[in-house]
Amino acid sequence: MSPRILLAVTARVLTQLRRDHRTLAMLLVLPTALIALLWWVLSGDASGSAFDRVGPALLAIFPFTVMFLVTSVTTLRERSSGTLERLLSMPTGRLDLLGGYALAFALVALVQSGLAVAVSVGLLGLEVDGSLAVLGLVAVVDGVLGCALGLFVSAFAATEFQAVQFMPLVVIPQLLVCGLFVPREALPSVLGAVSDVLPLSYAVDAMGVLTAGGPGGGSGGAGGSVWADLAVVAGFALAALALGAVTLRRRTP
Amino acid sequence: MSGAAVVTVEGLVVRRGQHTVLDGLDLEVGPGVTGLLGPSGCGKSTLLRALVGVQRTHGGSVTVLDHPAGAAAVRARVGYVTQAASVYDDLTVSENLRFFARVLDVPGDRVDRVLAEVDLADRAGDVVGRLSGGQRSRVSLAVALLRRPELLVLDEPTVGLDPVLREDLWRLFHELAGDGAAVLVSSHVMDEAERCDRLLLMREGAILTDGTPDAVKESAGAATVEDAFLALVRGGTA
Repeated sequence: MSPRILLAVTARVLTQLRRDHRTLAMLLVLPTALIALLWWVLSGDASGSAFDRVGPALLAIFPFTVMFLVTSVTTLRERSSGTLERLLSMPTGRLDLLGGYALAFALVALVQSGLAVAVSVGLLGLEVDGSLAVLGLVAVVDGVLGCALGLFVSAFAATEFQAVQFMPLVVIPQLLVCGLFVPREALPSVLGAVSDVLPLSYAVDAMGVLTAGGPGGGSGGAGGSVWADLAVVAGFALAALALGAVTLRRRTP
Repeated sequence: MSGAAVVTVEGLVVRRGQHTVLDGLDLEVGPGVTGLLGPSGCGKSTLLRALVGVQRTHGGSVTVLDHPAGAAAVRARVGYVTQAASVYDDLTVSENLRFFARVLDVPGDRVDRVLAEVDLADRAGDVVGRLSGGQRSRVSLAVALLRRPELLVLDEPTVGLDPVLREDLWRLFHELAGDGAAVLVSSHVMDEAERCDRLLLMREGAILTDGTPDAVKESAGAATVEDAFLALVRGGTA
């Protein structure tokens, strides 16, 4: 592994994003805008607690989803444009490339989550029990997880169209059982077990613990469990990156 | 002269699906400008990809600069230009070159030099996606020139270029060869053959003939390389 090449890849990916205003807007503004939209939708709710219940889960879901989508398409473009082949014919290591991508998108996830948390807490009145910094950290690791899964699935897509099709396959099932619609404890036992092995559930749990009203919230100062949840999400992200490295072949047919 | 071989290919087999693209190909390439000529689809690109170590092979061996092709020890010493321009369309010309310069660990001032060599100094700030096809391939070529390679593998580098520029590029290839590099250029345009020190004529995955342009023409009793190619194909099938 070469830090020089890894950082060169990071800088290049960020330059490409900076030039692509629409993607940049989608990455940075869209999650926050959607959270605000949902706050508005739920503002008629009589109990007034609906947003406090859903908001934390959204802080986990949006970075994950958007990062997954953008990363899978971006890396597929790298594969299909011939630049991947060129980089692999150079002294680039596979981990330099994956690490460079992951770092670039982690930085984007940091800004994205910072905005989403700031707006949710500052403007929309989401109540946070734990530390804001830990909340931000969960969001970033969650974004990196989306990025790592996106890198992995891009190996199985031949076109950008196919890459986009992985979203309903990989993201939506996780979204259905992560505790957003029904608290995870209340899921049918089979789905509960499925939910237990999917990484997004742990990101949503962590967010819930950190905020007052979210799923898993109010379980009584379970500060330790945030770190356990975070470790699970980070473990999944590392595993997906490792699988991505395996699928990134220097020699292709 | 086998001691001077930069590339040694022995019994190379490459299959793609049911189709055998290369079936036991043997080849040696030494210093100088070697032209790999043959019609589209004859296996030129596959052979070149095998030399730079990105082609999955099914038998035989490829040795480049005394190492297996694609080994970490040789990747920095080999330059490779693919047929399609392998550069980032959403970056400017100089952003592309500075990125690859960092990957290859060459000083940034090489960027200006290679831009001048491919005659793109005045387009350095332009986004690559807005350039013409010929200009994009020159950016791609410039990347391969960043680090003076000991083996430069070019897959159809002069397609669609202005004749004046084509002349300049061939002069550049010979300059690189003069400095001791082995330059391997593929082309499906036979009239480029005369510019090479040595010719390999390829058809259907096999090397038909191998020699200087004059020797190739003489042995086939032909006036041009194109006629020599025709004579060899007809002689082989008749």
